[in-house]
Amino acid sequence: MPAVALERQPEPPLDPGQTAAVVCRDVSVRFTTERGTVTALDGINLVVPQGGFVSLLGPSGCGKSTLLRVVADLVAPTSGAVEVLGEVPTAARRRREIGFVFQDAALLPWRSALDNVALPLEVGGGRVGIGARSPEELLNLVGLAGWERAYPHELSGGMRQRIAIARALVYAPKILLMDEPFGALDEITRDRLNEELLQIWASTGTTILFVTHSVYEAAFLGQQVLLLAARPGRVRELVPITLAAPRRLAVRETALFVEQAARLRRVLETC
Amino acid sequence: MSDGAIEADGQAPAMRGAFVDDADAREKFVARQRRLLWRKRLLPLVALVGIVAAWWLAVTLGDIKPFIAPSPVAVAATLAARFDVLMSNLAPTAIEALLGFLLGNFAAIAIATAFVLRRTIEEAFFPIAVMINTIPVVAKAPILVLLLGNGMEPKIAIAALVCFFPTLVNMTRGLRDVGQEQLDLMHVLSASPREVFFKLRVQNSLPYLFAALKIAASTAVIGAIVGEWIGSNVGIGALIIQATYNFDSALLYATITVGSTFSALFFAAISIAERRIIKWNTGRAV
Repeated sequence: MPAVALERQPEPPLDPGQTAAVVCRDVSVRFTTERGTVTALDGINLVVPQGGFVSLLGPSGCGKSTLLRVVADLVAPTSGAVEVLGEVPTAARRRREIGFVFQDAALLPWRSALDNVALPLEVGGGRVGIGARSPEELLNLVGLAGWERAYPHELSGGMRQRIAIARALVYAPKILLMDEPFGALDEITRDRLNEELLQIWASTGTTILFVTHSVYEAAFLGQQVLLLAARPGRVRELVPITLAAPRRLAVRETALFVEQAARLRRVLETC
Repeated sequence: MSDGAIEADGQAPAMRGAFVDDADAREKFVARQRRLLWRKRLLPLVALVGIVAAWWLAVTLGDIKPFIAPSPVAVAATLAARFDVLMSNLAPTAIEALLGFLLGNFAAIAIATAFVLRRTIEEAFFPIAVMINTIPVVAKAPILVLLLGNGMEPKIAIAALVCFFPTLVNMTRGLRDVGQEQLDLMHVLSASPREVFFKLRVQNSLPYLFAALKIAASTAVIGAIVGEWIGSNVGIGALIIQATYNFDSALLYATITVGSTFSALFFAAISIAERRIIKWNTGRAV
């Protein structure tokens, strides 16, 4: 086995000429409830290069979803600084640089598949990025051509999640944040969507942050896996995944994949 | 049913192309659906005919005096003979019920909107709305007659009041019970408060609103009738009182039949509107 770098890398160096999509500097988030204060995130440092794919992996309560929500401007950090494409998250959100895919698809049940995908064009000024594709094209891209007029309740969980992905891509955001998007799906559907997601990532050049509970999903998708430890949520390790592109599902049977997933699991056990 | 009309055929293909043309099975399936639909339509009719027959038998065989309970035949005869009287009394009741329905629901929707937009307003006024709702209709009626006189106005006001509360509660809930993820989505999309309200909250409230409107369709008619009990010469309510005092039980029953039929038609109209407007929710609709 080649020696895969596993040493701690809080801020991986960017290649020359490469700009950061997301930078977190000493980001902490504390929530105050009647039972006391909870530290969800404690001093997170992270640099995600543009066009990168980073999986966020960790046990429940490690704050991986919170970290994603901080980047999306859904949660304000208690201390520290977050930069999205060199701006504060609020500015990046207003400029439509951020797409978010939720765990439960969050489709509007009164809208057809096509109208759900088109929603971002109707609200918030309808601003779209460079290279934005039409809702029809995107439904086609996620394999739902012919289902334009269907309502969410007529579709399976996997199809609903595909619509949510198409909706996030319709305004061509530079950064796509995905919060356990396939967590509620069966394994076969999840595998298929994982492979399709990598194809979409390759064809759009979007930066993706992907939260997951699954070691295999994290390793299969990510160029890097950010392992977080719980209570308080903090970075345990940033592990690069050295699998050649394009990755196919069969890569999971290779010795290299098995080795890297095993390392992730060993680190995860200490989180 | 074991003809396997909708059974998977062993080699079920993946999600797309899941539907294989099988004219025979399809025909059987459609026929079965049609049978079930007719069953659903006919059974209540059969039950109604049975009840009317039992009523007729009881009155005839039990030798019950006409002023205690009329036979269905006598009621039918009265319905036919005094149809013009019944219709001329239905007209004011129908107008009162419809205007009260519109007024009460419009006010409820407006106030629910204010509640959702400004929590302070809800905290201040919701307890008062609850208190007004606890006053029985028969107590509200004389108050409103004193306030608004003897014309149609107090009846409209009573019909509006009885519609108001269920719609207020349902509409407030419908506008407020929006999924957190949907709100987060709108935030990520930088949607304006106006867009969140119209594209999310209003749409979300429609099933709640129609549930309330269906209740209101029948309570508005009841409200108008109760209003007519107190100081009125015309209307279904007045006719009920008049028929009761004259021991004209056939007219009493005929009046009730007319009033109920109007209520049922009103309810059906709202149900049809609901089915046309909320296409996405028909599976769950009552």
